[in-house]
Order: sequence, then C-alpha cells, then structure tokens
Amino acid sequence: MSTMHLERVAKRFDTTPVVSDVSLAIAQGELVALLGPSGSGKTTLLRLIAGFEQLDSGRILLDGDDVTDRSALERRCGMVFQHYALFPHLSVSQNVGYGLANERLTRVARDARVTEVLAMVDLAGYGGRPVTALSGGQQQRVALARALAPRPRVLLLDEPLSNLDPSLRERTRRELRELVRRTGITTVLVTHEQEEAFELADRIAVLHLGRLEQLGTPESLYDAPATPFVAGFVGRASQLHGTVTGREGVVVHVRAAGTGWRARATGNLAGDVVLLLRPDAMRFAAAGPVAGTIVHRRFAGAHAFYTIRLADGDDVEVAAPPDAAREGDPVRLEPTGTGAHAWDAAPR
Amino acid sequence: MIRRVVPAILLLILAWLVVEPMLLVALDAVRSDAGWTFAAVRAFLVERNEWRAALNSLWLALASVVLGGVLGVSLGLLTRLADFPGRRIVSALLALPAVLPPLVGVVAFLFLYGESGVIARMVMAVTGADTPPWRFEGAGAVVLIHATTMYVYSYLLVRGALATFDPALLEAATALGAGRWRTLGTVVLPLLRPAIGNGALLTALSSLASFSAPYVFGGGFRVLPTQIVSTRLNGDIPIAMVETLALVGLSLVALLLASRLGGVGARGAGKGIAPAPKRTGSRRSRWGIALVAWGFTGWLLLPHLALAVVSLVPQGAWNTTALPTAWTIGNYLTLVTDPVRWRPFGTSLWMASASALVAAVLALGVAVAARDPRRPLSRWLEGGLALPWAVPGTVYAIALATMFSMAQPAAGRFVLIGTLWLLPLAYLIRSLPVIGRPVVAAIRGLDPALDEAATSLGAGAWRAFTTVTLPLLGPVLAGAAALAFVTGLGDFMTSIILYTYDTRPVSLEILGAIRQGQLGVAAAYGVVLTMLSTGAFLLAERSRRST
Repeated sequence: MSTMHLERVAKRFDTTPVVSDVSLAIAQGELVALLGPSGSGKTTLLRLIAGFEQLDSGRILLDGDDVTDRSALERRCGMVFQHYALFPHLSVSQNVGYGLANERLTRVARDARVTEVLAMVDLAGYGGRPVTALSGGQQQRVALARALAPRPRVLLLDEPLSNLDPSLRERTRRELRELVRRTGITTVLVTHEQEEAFELADRIAVLHLGRLEQLGTPESLYDAPATPFVAGFVGRASQLHGTVTGREGVVVHVRAAGTGWRARATGNLAGDVVLLLRPDAMRFAAAGPVAGTIVHRRFAGAHAFYTIRLADGDDVEVAAPPDAAREGDPVRLEPTGTGAHAWDAAPR
Repeated sequence: MIRRVVPAILLLILAWLVVEPMLLVALDAVRSDAGWTFAAVRAFLVERNEWRAALNSLWLALASVVLGGVLGVSLGLLTRLADFPGRRIVSALLALPAVLPPLVGVVAFLFLYGESGVIARMVMAVTGADTPPWRFEGAGAVVLIHATTMYVYSYLLVRGALATFDPALLEAATALGAGRWRTLGTVVLPLLRPAIGNGALLTALSSLASFSAPYVFGGGFRVLPTQIVSTRLNGDIPIAMVETLALVGLSLVALLLASRLGGVGARGAGKGIAPAPKRTGSRRSRWGIALVAWGFTGWLLLPHLALAVVSLVPQGAWNTTALPTAWTIGNYLTLVTDPVRWRPFGTSLWMASASALVAAVLALGVAVAARDPRRPLSRWLEGGLALPWAVPGTVYAIALATMFSMAQPAAGRFVLIGTLWLLPLAYLIRSLPVIGRPVVAAIRGLDPALDEAATSLGAGAWRAFTTVTLPLLGPVLAGAAALAFVTGLGDFMTSIILYTYDTRPVSLEILGAIRQGQLGVAAAYGVVLTMLSTGAFLLAERSRRST
C-alpha cells in the first residue's frame, strides 16, 4: 500500500499540451477520481502514472521513490483498461495468473492466489472458462482480478464501468467500491461521469484542458467550487451576470435579474461578476421578485427541473416538486439564500 | 424470379469453368481409349523420377514455409512494433514481391546471382578468373528464391493482424510484469497464430504451384509443375494427368493441414481498433533496428536493382568489367519501336485486361448472389470462386487444355485449343479468386441497413445496387481487378502450356530474349512489368484503405 505524489507533471503531444503542471498528493489507501470532459487529459495523466507515456517535465513518486524514469514494466501498477484488454487466447485463470509469473511462486501458491482473487470478485469457479465466453460485467471483474492478483502498489482504473449497461453499472460501482475499500489499495480512477466519481472517490480531481481545476471531496466541489468550470461541470448550475453591492466575510451581495443574492465569493470581488446558481438557489414564490416563464420541465422522480426564461432572456434552472408548475406557466421566483457562487466576470 | 435464376446461372458457369475441367483431368488419368485403366497411375508410382518430383515439391514447400515464414513474421513484427527511421518506406518496399510477376523475379535473380550475373562478374573482375565462380542452380537456388520472395505472404498477413491488434493488450502484459520477449511469446505470437497459419498456407500453395523458379534454376531438380510440363511435351498425356492429380492432392493436404493447425481467427476481446503500437527505444537501438531493416530490404530488392542495371546496358557491351561501362535506353525504345518486340506486349495487354474485366463482372455477380453467408448456395458459389486459388496454375492450364480439346457441346466442351481464346479464358479463371475473395468480403462488410434505407426511400433492387452497393464496392472491385490484370500480364506458368502463335505473351518473350542472349531487352521487359505491377498494387492498396 502506497502513497503517490505527482509534482508539476506536464505532457504535450507534438505542440499541444495535454497535461499541464498537475500536482497531486494521494494518501495511502485513498481513491482519487480524475474527472473531466473528453480531452481534459485525464486518461493521459493515468497513462503517465502507469508509465505508458513519458513525462515532458515534473516528477512522479510512489512511496517517496522517484519513479519518473522507470518504465511501465518496473512500476508495475495494476491497471484495468477501458476495454479490459483481456488476453483472448487465455482462460480466466491464465489471465488472472499472468502477472504472477515474475513472483517466484510455486504452482500451488500461484493457483491459490488466482482462486483467492477470483473469489474476491465473485467469480469463484470461472477459472477454466475462456474469457471470450464471459459477459461484459464478468470480463470487467476478470480485468480487476488480473490487476489485483500481483498485489500492485497502486490500482489504476481507466473508465472501468463505461462499457457496462446502466443497470449493471450501478451494481458494479458498489461492488468496486467495496472491493477497493476492503483491499485498501491506493487507487486512481478515470471517469467522465460525475455520479461515478461522487460515489466511488474519496477525493475528486477535476481536470479541464489539461489543468487541475480543483481537488477536493465531492461535497467541497459541490459546495465550494473553485472555478466557474468546476461549478458548471460538477452538479447543475445556471449562470447570470450581476454587480457586487456589498460583502460580509466570504459572502458577497450581488444584484442580478432585478433582485439581491447572497453568494459565496472566490477571491476579492468588486464590480461585474458571474453568478452561478444551483437548482436549489431559487424557489417558486407567488410574490417573488423575479418573473419568468417555464419553457421546459424535466421530470426526475421526486422532483422536477424547470427551465425558466427570465424577462431579460436569461434561462435559469430550478428544482421543485414535479407538480409545482407546467410548461408555459408564468412564475415568480425568490432566492433561497444558498447554492449561489460568484466570480470575477473578467475572462479567466 | 430473378433472385433465383441468376445465382443458378452463376453456379452453372462456375461449375463449367472451374469444376468440370478438373473432373476431366481426374477421369483422363484413369481412362484410355480402351476403357478404364490404372496403367498411368502405376507408371507414376513405379517410376522413380515421378515420385521423386512429388517428394521434391513437398520438401521444397516445407523449406519455403519455414524460411519464408521466419523471414516474413520477423519483418512484419519489426516494421509494426519497432519504430525506426524510414519505417514506412521499408514497410512498403517489403510488400512489393506480392505483386511482382514470378518470372520477372526469377529473371532478376538470374541477373544478380546467375553465372553471368552482376555478382559473378564482380568476383571475376576482382579475382581475374575467366570462368564463373559458381553455378546458381539446383534445389538450393530455388529455396533461396522462394524464401526471399514468398516471405511476403506471412509478412503482409502478420502486418494486417497487427494493424487491428489492441495495444492495450501489450500494455496490460507490461503492467503485469511481462518483458518484451515474454509479451512476444505469450501474447503477440499466440494471437498472431491465424495470420501465421494463413501465411504458411499461402506460402505452401505458392511453393507447390511455383513454376518459374524451378524451370529456370532447377537444373536436374524436378518438381511436379516442371515435371508435368515436360511429361506433356513428351506426349505422355495420361501420366501428365496423374502428375497433375498428385499436385492437386498435395495442395489439398496443405489446405487441410492449415485449417487444422491454423485455428480460427481470434482477435482481441476489446472492441476498439487502436492505432499501431510503437516502441521507442534509445537512439542507438533505433538506428540499430533501422540498419537491420534497411539491410534486409536492400538485400531482398537487390535482384530488382540488378534487373534495372542490366536493362540499361547496350547489347554486348558488358563482358569483362565488374560494372557496365556504357549505358543506353535503347532496350526500352526497342519495345515500342520494333513491332516484333511490341507484339507480345499488345497481346498480353489485351488478354490481361479483357480477362480481368470479364472476371470482375462475374465475380461481382457471384459476390452479390453469395452475400448472405448462411445460405448453402452462398457456400457453393464461394467455393467455386475460391477453387482456382487453391489449385496450381499449371493444373488449370492442363485441365483447360483437356477440356477444350474436343467438341462436345452438350458437356460444354468446344475446340478452343490452338485458338486465341483459350489463354485469356485461363487468365479469367485464375482471376476469379483474386477479384472474388476481396469483393465477397467487402460486400459482406457493408451494413445491410444501407440497402434497407435505399429500399425504404423507394429504390428498387437494381437502383439500390447501382446507387448504393456498387459505388461502395467500386474501390475494392477496381483494386482487385487491377491485381488480376497484372497477374495476367506477367503470367508464365499457364501461358507456357496454352500459348499459340497468336497469343504469345510477354513472359515467353522474356525467356526467348534471354535464350537469344539479348539480356538488355529481357530486363527492359521485366522492368516495365515491375512498374505496371507496382502501379496496380498501389492502386489496390489505396482503394483498400479508402473503404
């Protein structure tokens, strides 16, 4: 079990920077998710950690050892590939046992380890089958077992659930979390799905255009996004333009859409700001100060998301009970006092 | 109605052109004017020279498979997995022998390694000897030619397989602690088994069918194809038929063995087709690999360089020096200006283009009719299309000569021997698999939803075919037809059996020019054929890539 440190890691392909200046410290047994849209550099970062790509600058340390110049072969990270990369000509056991060849184990000890790991992923008794005969979910678990069998220092997961059906994905996600917690292995997970990152990760590193935007627990990302990108990418948010009218501590008073808002501020704000509103930042109120019309309603079970076009043409999204209003209804809104964030309007 | 009648007609045509001639050969082997007889079979089995030729064919095939396979697989792995300066050019150059006419390759070897070849002259010039230092002849020479030209099958197939190889498999092995060699042995080679097996099969079939190399360099080393031709020249027709059957038998054994050993095409379990992997090592190792790869490529292509050099030397101007002292393009001009020299070119051109064109139409029809692989009819059509691929050209030449030597219209037999139609017909049959196999594969690869979309938009079967299917197949069809064209253009082994005064092709003219001592002209013919073949190959490659 290990700690991992990335220090100012950078990588460019030809002249395009893919990973820029990313620093990250991961504690022993921690699960960190690299979250970002496609093209954010998250998979490249994972491959840099594994050693499949060489850094242009920066350092990678495992347990304090500098492994920057070590090959993937020497680093021996356990890795689960997006399409699993199971060896199609080998059986389940042969796949799982593949990484044990370098450890001077007796045949019996090796078989025992394979059996043990297969049991861990709930595939006891599947050892003799060809991997091509397994379902997608089973293949995913074989890939996990194969990565874990040689007891790697760190486990790297590249979109491990993206190839599964939605229903299976949710179950597998829970099992994966269980397994990783139980083995206590330091884990880095790449995903573009916020929900997956929220459920699995201790901390989430949000990447955007190769840069680390913010590193934090799921709660802190949602409640205190460091940048407008994080606010927009993590959780749902609408955007308004406004002006600062006052401030008390970390909270600023902003005037936007004809009313006053209390917003969490990042940095020293004055003048024009961007106001990000979570769906819980407003509620319907018959005498509310903001007027608009519902242009879209999206049912989501216990509540619904309403898109409301305001008088000046801006759209905001509000969460409310599903029967609160219908499309086309004129409504009035009032701020709830939470769920608002403000940033300097100047482009970053 | 049409949907049933057309496939039936196509099947009949294939049965007539592809199957019936073979059956007649089998019958003629055990039949004489007096009735059934096994005299010829007995003569074949008793005569030592006869089964010696069969044994020679067999071990020549084995040696070609082993040497060509090792060479081809290594070069395929090297040019796909290792990154080195000039990798793309080397990869392309190494693929060239796939399309060069065998006779041209053999003549090129003659000009390089032969008694009066470039190397022999150099040695003589250096040592001052006045007799050639060696005779490039016999089994060894044939094996060398086979290995250095037939490696291309394993090479191309291994490269093809590696192109769709999921690089994550290599990374997975690395992450699990397998070094380069263990990855090669436990992951790469096992997954390449189908490609290696198919490469071995192609090499075995080519070696069994090979005529040019044993004919020119064999000397006393007889193999079945050369034996068949000489037996036939001696007028021993029934024994020639038995030899022909023996050759077919050996080819079938190779096919059976390959399907047993080759296994089915296992591919990566991953769905993504990823880009070709590259391993970048240190500068030194990159240049080391480059040196090896370029060295091999140079060595493999050296004969063709010799061919080009000889084609530029005036008649009789190069006798004692290591390198020629005078140069000319006269040999090329002769091909165009001298009607006697031009005639075989014109003949080969019309025969090759006409046969490729008709074969393309026929193969396209068969491909459309055989589109659904589950229908039994499709399997029959496909089999008929592929049969000429598994059977040596010499065999088909003999079979066609037998079939079209008498008039029996009810059995589809006409007297074509001695007319100018028989040789183009032979080219056509040999073109069928060359065009048919890729086109069948391409049409099966088309999304059936495209056809359904056209139908839903009101297009009838014919319009859907001409506006959707045909344009999509066009590039593959054109590329395959181009390959069939050059195969006909450079054909030697069917031509030498079936040619007449009117259909004397380029290959025989090359041989004739060598016999007359006009090496420059022979080389010029060879260079032009090489260029045309290369052009057609590039066209086929481009069309394959564009789909």
